[in-house]
This record gives sequence, C-alpha cells and structure tokens, in this order.
Amino acid sequence: MIEFQDLHKAFGGKPVLQGLSLKIRDAETVAIIGYSGTGKSVALKHIVGLLQPDAGDVIVDGQAVSALDRDGLTALREGIGYVFQFAALFDSLTVAENLALGLRRRRVSAEEIEDRVREALALVDLSGTEERMPAELSGGMRKRVGIARAIALRPRYILYDEPTTGLDPVTSAVIDRLMVRTREHLGVTGVVVTHDMRSAYTVGDRIAMLYEGRIRQVGTVAEIQETEDSVVRQFIEGRPE
Amino acid sequence: MIDVIGRRAIASVEAVGRVGHFMGDMVRALPDVRTWARPAIVQMRRIGVDSIPVTLFIAAFTGVVLALQASYTFTGAVPLYFVGTLVGKTMMLELGPVICGLALAGRVGASMAAELGTMKVTEQVDALETLAYDPQSYLVLPRVIAGTVMFPMIIAFAMATGIVTGWLTSLALLDLSTPDFLKGLKLFYQFKDVWFGLFKSATFGFTITAVGCIVGLATQGGAEGVGKSTTRAVVYSAVLILLLDAFWAVVLL
Repeated sequence: MIEFQDLHKAFGGKPVLQGLSLKIRDAETVAIIGYSGTGKSVALKHIVGLLQPDAGDVIVDGQAVSALDRDGLTALREGIGYVFQFAALFDSLTVAENLALGLRRRRVSAEEIEDRVREALALVDLSGTEERMPAELSGGMRKRVGIARAIALRPRYILYDEPTTGLDPVTSAVIDRLMVRTREHLGVTGVVVTHDMRSAYTVGDRIAMLYEGRIRQVGTVAEIQETEDSVVRQFIEGRPE
Repeated sequence: MIDVIGRRAIASVEAVGRVGHFMGDMVRALPDVRTWARPAIVQMRRIGVDSIPVTLFIAAFTGVVLALQASYTFTGAVPLYFVGTLVGKTMMLELGPVICGLALAGRVGASMAAELGTMKVTEQVDALETLAYDPQSYLVLPRVIAGTVMFPMIIAFAMATGIVTGWLTSLALLDLSTPDFLKGLKLFYQFKDVWFGLFKSATFGFTITAVGCIVGLATQGGAEGVGKSTTRAVVYSAVLILLLDAFWAVVLL
C-alpha cells in the first residue's frame, strides 16, 4: 500500500503540495488528476524518493520513504516501475538494452533477461524493435517502450507520469488499453498522474483530484462523474469558467 | 548591497558544500565495482583513444614551436644543443600536461557536462535512479576513474610527440645534429620530470571529469541550461587546471 501522509513540498518558497493525504490500496489503480502545475508529478516523485518532502511523508509497504538510506531506497525502487512523461529512455542504448538495464541491476540471469525483454515488448506490441535506438522511435512507441521497461521489472507498483500527454487520440487509447492490460495481467498497484479525463476514466479504479496542493475529492469513476463539487465538475467537463 | 554580498556568500558556501557532498558520495560508491567497472572501460576508450588525435596534433606543433623559439632565444648566447634541454623539460614539466589539459577540458569536460546535462533535463538520471542505480556509481565514477587513469597515458604520448617533433625541427631547420639534440635532452634530465608531469596530468584528468560531472548533473532547464553547463564546465576546468598547475609547482618542485 502507498500512503501520502500530509505531504508538503515547496520550490523556491512557492508551495506546491500543501498537505496531500491519499491512500492507494494494493492491486488498485488510482488516477490522480488536476490542473497543470498542481504538483501531480511532484507527488509521484516522492513515492520513489526522487524528492524529499518538506513535511509529512509517503509510506510504502509500511516504510517511510524519507527515512530510508541509500540501500533502503534501492530496495524500495526494485519493487517499483516508473513510466516517465517523455519516456526518459537512455539515448545511447538500444530498446533491448533500455529494458535490460534495470534487470541487470537485479541480478537476473542473461537468459531470463532475454525472455523478459521479449515478453515485455510483445505486451506493448513492439516485438522486433529490440535493436532500434530510441531516436528512431515515434513518441507513442517511446512511451510504450517506457511502459515495457517498467513491466519487464515485474514490479509490485507502477507509477505513470502523464502517460498520454502529447499523443494523438488513437495512440492515447492504445496506451490506456496497455495500462489496463498491465494491471489485469500482472495485478500490480498503479498510480496514474494525468489530466486526460478519458484516460483517467479508462484506467482508474478510483480518481483523486489534486487541487491547491491537496486532494479535493477522491472516489470511484461513477462518483467523480456525478460529483457536485464545482471545482471538480469544471475540471472533468473541461469548462473554462 | 549587503543583501547581495550575503546571498553570494551563502551561495558560495552552499556550492562548496555541494562539491564536498559530491566527493563524499563518490567515495561511498567506490565499493560498487560491479556497477562502475564496465562503463569505466567504455569511458576509458572514449576519453583515452578518442582524445589521442587532437592531443597529438597540439603536442606536435608545440614541439615545433618550442624548438624554433629556443633557437631564436639562444642564438649567439647559449650553445644550440640546449634546444634539446628546453624542448624536453618544457614538454615534460609544463606544456605537455597544461596545454593538452586545457584542450581536453574543452573536449572531454564539455562533452561530459553536455551529456550528463541532457540526461538530467530529460529525466534520464531520474530514470536511472528509479531502476535502482546510483548515478554516482553508474555515471560519475566511470568517468572520473577513466579521466584519472587515461590522462597520464594520453599526455605521455603528447610529451613524446612534442619531443620528437622538436628533434625533427632541430634537424631540418636548425642545423642541430641528433647527438647534440640528445645531449641537450639528457643534460638536466631527472626521472622526476616525467612523473611530475604525469602525476599532474592525473590530477587534471580527475578535475576535468569531476567538474564535468558536477556541473552536468546540476543542470536545470532545457537546452539553454545544457549550454550554460557546458560553458561553465570548460571555464571552471581551465581555471582549476591553472591553479593546480601552480599548486603542484609550489608543493612538488
């Protein structure tokens, strides 16, 4: 289970998270929605210890992330797959090497690495791209490789940072389907940060809206769709005022 | 005014603290040989082998110019075989390490800062961390070790090249015979000349690569940030090379 406990974070004196509290239960996918710049990605980075909170904490499997030392963080990260907004593939490595890098760190045997790379690429419909370089891939393909890199680790948790941003509607739908398939096949707990409502409705078991640094409302897809909260309503309907 | 001075003083102290922290992290990552050994070999090739042409080119012309300027200075006052002395001593003690170090600060330091800066702003460094790698082990140590090991080797070639081109210039343009050039070369030679030059080169290699990594990993913003980091890495490295050069001259000579 992942739990945000009264998380506060400011950058250069500007508060971004102001008391974020949210529980993500095992085997569920929670979509965190909210306006651009409200700290959704910042919240996600706290889960893997890429950022340190000013106050509060994130608890993962009973461990306070900010209290972990380097070895503790390494152990935590071995159980988490992270899909970056722009994929963050390593430019100098081939697709297969990108997927294999994390596995090598986990001392997986060479044969198993090969199997897992093939399997993960098949799951994202990118079989045969093993030897291609990231620069040779389209934006959608790069995102799918990013997802494959996370899947190949067979993590307990997968964190998706804006997985459909900048993609055309069809490719977005492909990515959404892929996230659902990943949850169904692997049974992982997921956190999806997005402002794409169609994506949130498709992949989220629950949806949480982050507004002014804290959770404004959290509920099932149906509860969010029927909300009477004017702020949430305005956001999900995409109304300017 | 006081406010500005205060802020700059705090920023300077913070920068020193960051460097200290960085060095501490580097030492802490040393036992993680399994992670840094393979990338270190790749970096040795990139830093060492790929830097050879530009270094030898610079050293070759430095040797030519040294021989000609020595002859110009000595004519009528000092025996011409001292050209060999000056070329040898200068290439080993000073110009080999410093000129090649400055050139490599541009080539190696800038490319490291740009590469790591780009990785930083495109979240590749974060991605590496989420894959349970320590960037110090995977990115920094291989580069710093490769720089420290390969710089003395490159500069040893540079010293030899400079001396050879100085000798060829003496033969072709100065009417100096090979025995005379060698007589000058051996005249005040001490083994210390070589190890001093090579030791200094190793410290330059460490400095250039460490600065490239520190500045690269501190990059913020997009392409503009990468550009600024690249410039900063070259300037800081060049200044530090000259300071180190003076420091070792005071301490070791």
